[in-house]
Amino acid sequence: MTTSRRKRPTQVRLDYELIESLVPDGAKVLDLGCGDGQLLGDLIEHKGCDGRGIEIDEKAVQSCIERGVPVYHGDMVEGLGFYRDDQFDVVILSQTLQQTMNPPEVIREMLRVGRRAIISFPNFGHWAVRLQLLVAGRMPHNRMLPHHWYNTPNVHFCTVKDFREFCARQKLKRVREIFLTARYRRIRRFLANWRAGIAIFQIERAADV
Amino acid sequence: MSIDDAVPISDESRFGGSQSVGLVETNYFTFAEPPNEMELECGQKLGPITLAYETYGTLSPQRDNAVLIVHALSGEAHVAGYHTPEDRKPGWWDIVIGPGKAFDTTKYFVICANILGGCKGSTGPSSVHPATGRPYGLAFPVVTISDMVRAQSVLVDHLGIRRLLTVVGGSMGGFQVLEWAVRYPDRVASAIPIATSARLSAQGIAFNEVGRQAIMADPNWLGGDYYGRAVPQAGLAIARMIGHITYLSDEQMHAKFGRRLQDRREFGYDFKTEFEVESYLKYQGDSFVRRFDANSYLYITKSMDYFDLPARYGSLVRALEHVKAEFLVLSISSDWLFPTYQAKEIVKALKASGVPTTFLELNSPYGHDAFLLPNEPLAATITGFLANVQRRVREGDETRTPPS
Repeated sequence: MTTSRRKRPTQVRLDYELIESLVPDGAKVLDLGCGDGQLLGDLIEHKGCDGRGIEIDEKAVQSCIERGVPVYHGDMVEGLGFYRDDQFDVVILSQTLQQTMNPPEVIREMLRVGRRAIISFPNFGHWAVRLQLLVAGRMPHNRMLPHHWYNTPNVHFCTVKDFREFCARQKLKRVREIFLTARYRRIRRFLANWRAGIAIFQIERAADV
Repeated sequence: MSIDDAVPISDESRFGGSQSVGLVETNYFTFAEPPNEMELECGQKLGPITLAYETYGTLSPQRDNAVLIVHALSGEAHVAGYHTPEDRKPGWWDIVIGPGKAFDTTKYFVICANILGGCKGSTGPSSVHPATGRPYGLAFPVVTISDMVRAQSVLVDHLGIRRLLTVVGGSMGGFQVLEWAVRYPDRVASAIPIATSARLSAQGIAFNEVGRQAIMADPNWLGGDYYGRAVPQAGLAIARMIGHITYLSDEQMHAKFGRRLQDRREFGYDFKTEFEVESYLKYQGDSFVRRFDANSYLYITKSMDYFDLPARYGSLVRALEHVKAEFLVLSISSDWLFPTYQAKEIVKALKASGVPTTFLELNSPYGHDAFLLPNEPLAATITGFLANVQRRVREGDETRTPPS
């Protein structure tokens, strides 16, 4: 994915670009918590994907409609329940895992309706987060985590290490891992749990499950 | 569903305003002349059939910009603009139809017809029975939503339109939208059912039946044979009052009327109209009687009661599995006549069938009738959806990818 291919002069985040690069051309894609539909709109426009979204915010849903992205207005788990097994090639959960009430259920549902899941989340193991808690003794508050403890929608933070462990326990196959700094620069896996602000995991059902 | 209350007289939509379709007239199309009567779902034959309809805007040379608006229980063909410069109010959904509005008449060719069984120019129980020379009354066959839609399709043929860009309607209009998409998958590029359901609920049937009982209990009803005499005003007015309550919401009634008294400061300790809400309902009932036929009310509510897509096809998923239209399903948060969960049942079945579907619950305190009121999110949503449908239709890549 290069910027020159884009027709619209929108500001595209690198994590969106990377997620986009993980999606095959023409894939059937479901984006959970799709927001204003930017990622889905790009997938439809650039990769000829058959895209669907689920979003709870009414205003964001309207933006999706204006973009021509088919979207379901409502709760993610409820919306997922509307789909049949294996209806999608790829199911995306971008920067929303930490806001779901029941992450195992969401991920289980993602891999029921889709063959492959792409999940990105802010890494709570990032050094700045650890420092803020250790040195300042305060809840982390930074670019990646802009909310305060009292108004955060985030209820289920995890670290890169936590998520790998979770995959192992749930018998999920980690196909790819991509890491970005808090400023959206791509980095290698070396010390990712310290250095990554954002982690992107591509997971699949283990073959024997 | 209600018209009296819903149409605002905003400055910009006044006659002659730049966003009005201006002066319009009703046209009439007659078909199914004997011996080629239309066979109805009930098995009886009906003909000739006349449909009253209006159109606004221009049909494109490719004939690919036609929008069919289907109306609810008390609607009519006159959906936008004015019949005379003296008209006090425009057509019933003028807020979304006209230059620059959601159904932009500079882009789209808008059609609206009075339903079969209606009393606003289309053939119904108040029309003259060709065999007797007198109004049908209860000799009129019971018509269904399918019959109404099949009649509309003949009109659409007559207008030279193979495929509609969209079919849109709220409430019972939504029934017709679903019927169109199911019955004529190749003739509908998109569908916008609003505040509706795939089958009328027991609660909906219950309210309809109370309305019908009110009409039939009126001594003037005379078994439906009241034409040329006093009409069953009291019964029809009560039916309308009951209906109207179901189109509003508790919250809105409280805000609009509260417990305020009308033209008095203290209780009269009698049974005259005292509360503002009583006065309002009475006004709704009385004005409805002047413009609506009681027998049409019976027939149309009956057609609603019979509507049940899941039962007809075995399940809603099976009903919708051959649909080719893309869908925009809208519900209203405070609608208790057609609650959001009923819209979600449609959405669920559409998704299971792989139909590209957008669902939005509009947040509004105004109850079922909210779709008839000025509603910026509703207008913006339709505008955006329709623009994308038209783009896809013109690009010719609207083909749906069926689920594997």
